[in-house]
Amino acid sequence: MSVVPARVRTRRPTGSIVLAVYAVGVLVYLFLPIITIVAFSFNDPTSKFNLEWKGFTLDNWADPFAKGQLLDAMLYSLWIALWASVVATIIGGFVALALSRYRFRGGAFVNLFLVLPLTTPEVVLGASLLNFFVFADTPFLERGFRTILISHILFCVSFVSMTVKARVRGFDWTLEDAAMDLGAPPLRVFYKVTFPLIIPGILAAALLSFALSIDDYIITTMVSPVGGEPTFPLYIAGAFQREISPQINVLATMVLLVSVTLMAAGPVIGLLRRPKAATAP
Amino acid sequence: MARGGEDRNQRKGTWQPYAMLAPGMLWLLLFFLVPMLILLRYALSEPTDRFSGKYELTFRFANFTDAIGDFGSQFLRSFAYAGIATVLCIVLGYPLAYFIATKGGRYKNLLLGLVVVPFFTSYLVRTIAWTTIMGDNGPLLAISDGLSLTGLLDALKITTNGGMLQTQTAVIGGLTYNFLPFMVLPIYVSLEKIDLRLLDAAKDLYSTPRRAFWKVIFPLSLPGVFAGTLLTFIPASGDFVNAQFLGGPNQQMIGNVIQNQFFKLNDFATAAALSFVLMFIITVAVLVYARLFGTDELSV
Repeated sequence: MSVVPARVRTRRPTGSIVLAVYAVGVLVYLFLPIITIVAFSFNDPTSKFNLEWKGFTLDNWADPFAKGQLLDAMLYSLWIALWASVVATIIGGFVALALSRYRFRGGAFVNLFLVLPLTTPEVVLGASLLNFFVFADTPFLERGFRTILISHILFCVSFVSMTVKARVRGFDWTLEDAAMDLGAPPLRVFYKVTFPLIIPGILAAALLSFALSIDDYIITTMVSPVGGEPTFPLYIAGAFQREISPQINVLATMVLLVSVTLMAAGPVIGLLRRPKAATAP
Repeated sequence: MARGGEDRNQRKGTWQPYAMLAPGMLWLLLFFLVPMLILLRYALSEPTDRFSGKYELTFRFANFTDAIGDFGSQFLRSFAYAGIATVLCIVLGYPLAYFIATKGGRYKNLLLGLVVVPFFTSYLVRTIAWTTIMGDNGPLLAISDGLSLTGLLDALKITTNGGMLQTQTAVIGGLTYNFLPFMVLPIYVSLEKIDLRLLDAAKDLYSTPRRAFWKVIFPLSLPGVFAGTLLTFIPASGDFVNAQFLGGPNQQMIGNVIQNQFFKLNDFATAAALSFVLMFIITVAVLVYARLFGTDELSV
């Protein structure tokens, strides 16, 4: 009787060690390009292409904005991502609220309609939008800032709705009734009950939209004017043919640092705020 | 899922839900549905003449068969690359997700963060970093040289004439890398939901750990594998970034073809037809896959 459990116990540690080593290996694999990007921000390339290690220098960090176009592209991307995430979060957030808060006819259809853009390959979304803008043939929808923004909002809306919906799933909306029964005016109900409960989902959705927008290449390249003002990814794609400067790595490293700081700050702020905010279910 | 419980908390909407839905639905209608219909229109059209760039709707269904006939090999390659990358993502991602979910302890969130952090840098910059890693003077080939593996890797078709860039290895490797988190996260979520005491129950019933894993844990985590597969396979089969930056002329995927039809050849009808064929094949593949391995629980 006791033979089997004994065997189990002796086998377990080796299995665990193998699993741990494998998992660490995969994490290292995930970080290989990141290590490369950060390391090459200190490279001193002899050619225009910062793809082979030549020697250590701090020059790139001393002058991170040496490439004016690179900075412009970054700012353009930030500007688009800001607008795309604000608009997508507002209209997508309302869709999510409507779906989780109310019972109404057509809810299943709305859910399906929301998923469709997510299950469409990006190249097809890009193709349809490009054809649409060409077909519309009006100055307002001429390829440029507006068409990029429209497309980015489109692919963010579904992500926002899904994220917010997942966060507020199971939330007891009758809490609002309770607040109203206790004499709270509607605005106060929203501010004191609804808002604290939905804000984590809203923030997560906004950050996700921002990240998706700033990094999009496939759709953006299809709805941008040829030779027009490039977003950051479009600039990088063009640079791959002309000149890959170490400043690209410097900016990429900066973005990484900012994102990691934000991510680390999130839980810290959450910890500080916890005593005050209503605790979600 | 938990429909009843959710319904109880929901309120009956009259006009409010529709008002809240209106802006989002309008956006999807105007910039998703309408463009899709216009794409369909182009897919059934013919150019009026060679140079005008104007198209006439002639309901030419042969556009679809032409697209498959002319670009069959690129279609096959796309689905083969995407399929291999998806399998590699499961092989790499499942154990990692399992490790985090079962052994992560209080470091769970940190480990999950480590999975996501690399993807805070630009997709393109990350992909271009692989050209350094896999380059002729890069570390991977240096290691294989040092271990005198060059001949073996060539024989295994992992490298071609001692090079790795502009080969299928590079493109599949890039796809695998770029979509790995989309596999790890859903698998993690479904593993996290499993009551680990089931393992103790299996052990009490004299199951070996291996058997307990395959009979209890793995089947329960299938919804995550299923969701991860969709999140990996669909974007990977339509991707053209990895083939563009890591592959050569012989690694063109269908995404590259569609882009070329638009921007190099100005052939909107063929590009539109190709897009629909791609979507059709993906839909069929997903439905078949759902029938074979799927679960009711799609929303992880």
